[in-house]
Amino acid sequence: MVTIEFLGPIQKAPLTLEASSLRDVAEVLKQDAEMAQWLDNCAVAVNDTLVASLDTALKSGDKVSLLPPVCGG
Amino acid sequence: MLELYDGALNVPEIITRWYAEETDYNYGAYIPFVGTVREEDGIDGLSFDVYEPILNAWFESWVTKAALLGAKLKMAHSRGDVLVHESSYIAAVFSPKRRVALETIEQFVEDFKASAPIWKYDLKNGQRLYARERSTAIQGAGLLGVAL
Repeated sequence: MVTIEFLGPIQKAPLTLEASSLRDVAEVLKQDAEMAQWLDNCAVAVNDTLVASLDTALKSGDKVSLLPPVCGG
Repeated sequence: MLELYDGALNVPEIITRWYAEETDYNYGAYIPFVGTVREEDGIDGLSFDVYEPILNAWFESWVTKAALLGAKLKMAHSRGDVLVHESSYIAAVFSPKRRVALETIEQFVEDFKASAPIWKYDLKNGQRLYARERSTAIQGAGLLGVAL
């Protein structure tokens, strides 16, 4: 199982699901209507490292974080 | 050095302490940048969420980059609520000469705005409203939204 956490303004509790790559995570989140406004603008981190490919492999215990648009300062 | 505080920053204490910490290192230039909450659109203040693991990694990558130029970076940021005319952000660079310091502080602050995992909310009429229109998608964002 991997854990999906939603950071900042995304008001959503963490999910746990079976996934062998980020592609599997994307398939699940695309079914979730409340995520529609976020998937096109969120960056993605696996175990706190930003990643750039849907083919990023996942293993049990991994943490996937969704980072919506930022504005520090 | 990255410092996070609950609420507004004590700007005089921080920039004075940073100055004192570096007096023995022969830096010729010290440039602090202070971000202060402005009165605008009827807000009472701003509020911030910070994701520390990725913020720390981002900051350490900048410390390494600055060190290659002989410069040192420091940063302080608020978590939670910061009211109008209070300050939520300080970035500072020390370097032997001014040119590296001036160029580094600009690049650092611009990348901070585009990349640091911090989310800003307007405090208005008792609500905490995500400042979506002023926010920037992190480079590479949208990965999960592409057609499968």
